[in-house]
Amino acid sequence: MMHPVSVPPFELFYEEHRGDVMRLLRRQLGRDRAEDAFQETFLRALRAYGRLAHSENLRAWVLTIARNVAIDTIRRTSPTGQPVEVGAEDGLPVLQELAPLTDGLPPKERAAVVLRYGYDLSYDQIAAALGSSTDAARQATSTGVRRIRKRRTSE
Amino acid sequence: MTISPDLDRRFRDAALDLGLVDVGYDVLDSPVGPLLVAASDEGLAAISYEQHADEELDRLCRIAGPRVLRMPRRVDDARRELDEYFAGRRRVFDLTLDLRGLAPFTVSVLGELAKIPFGETTTYGELAARVGRPRAARAVGTVMNRNRIPIVLPCHRVVGAGGNLVGYAGGLDRKVMLLELEGVLL
Repeated sequence: MMHPVSVPPFELFYEEHRGDVMRLLRRQLGRDRAEDAFQETFLRALRAYGRLAHSENLRAWVLTIARNVAIDTIRRTSPTGQPVEVGAEDGLPVLQELAPLTDGLPPKERAAVVLRYGYDLSYDQIAAALGSSTDAARQATSTGVRRIRKRRTSE
Repeated sequence: MTISPDLDRRFRDAALDLGLVDVGYDVLDSPVGPLLVAASDEGLAAISYEQHADEELDRLCRIAGPRVLRMPRRVDDARRELDEYFAGRRRVFDLTLDLRGLAPFTVSVLGELAKIPFGETTTYGELAARVGRPRAARAVGTVMNRNRIPIVLPCHRVVGAGGNLVGYAGGLDRKVMLLELEGVLL
C-alpha cells in the first residue's frame, strides 16, 4: 500500500514551525505553562496529520491549534476562565473583516468560523485544531454563523 | 525560538507512546558512513546511505504514512544488531522487516536474498533461478538496485556471473567494504 503524499514528513513540518508555536504559547501562557501546551499542540497536530488533504496553510493550521490549546489551558487553570484572543495575527484581510463579526461568539464557535471562512480549512482540519470530532467542528461553525446572522438581523 | 532538548524529547516520547508515529528514524554512524535507519510498527522499513535525508523522508511517507519523526528509540533493535554486525559479532540479523508496497516478485527475490549466508556470494542469475525465473537476472538486478533495506537484506552478496562486483546502489566502495568485513574479499 503506497500513500499519496499530500503533506511533508512530520519531522520537517515540526522543525519548521515549532519555534513559532513556542513563541505564541509563551506570549499567551508564560514560560512554565507553555511547555505542556507545546507538547499538546504537536500531539493534536500529529493526530490529524495523516488525514490532512493538502499542505496549504500548515503554519496557520498549527498556530490555530496552539491558540486553542492556550484557550483550553487558560480555561482549566484560571478561575475566571478568560479566553485569549483568537485571530488575525497573520494579517489576512478576510480575517480582519471576520474579527468584528465573530466578536463575542463563544470561543469554540469563533475559532471554528475563523478557521472555516478566514483560513479556508476543511472540517477535518478544524476538528483537529479544536480537539473535537469532525461533526462537532461542523456544528460549531454553523451555530456560530447562525448566531452572527441572528445578531445582525436584530441590530 | 529554540525548544529545549528535554521538551523536544518529551514530545517525541509521548508521540511514540501514544501510537501516533508511522515511521521513526535515526541517523547512525557506521564504518560505511552515516546510515538513515527507519522502522514502522511493522518492522524495519529502510536503511539508506543517501546524504539527501529529505528525499528519503519523502520516500518513507509514501511507504508508511506522513507521520515520520526522528525517534532514536524506535530503531534501538536495528542499531544494536548493526553495531554488532560491523563489530564482527553478528552474522545473522534477527529483525522483522516492513516490506509493504513491494510487488510479489520483489518480495520473493528479497526472501531468497535473505538466505544467502554471511561471507558467501551468489550471482544475479542464480538468485533468479532460485525464485523460479532463471532468465530474469536483469530484473533481479533491478530489485537489488532498489533494495530499501541494504546490509540487512544483503544485496552486497550478489555479484556478476564472472565474479566481478558489477554495482551497488550505495556505491561500489561500500560493497567492497562490506565484502571485506565478511572476509569474502581480502
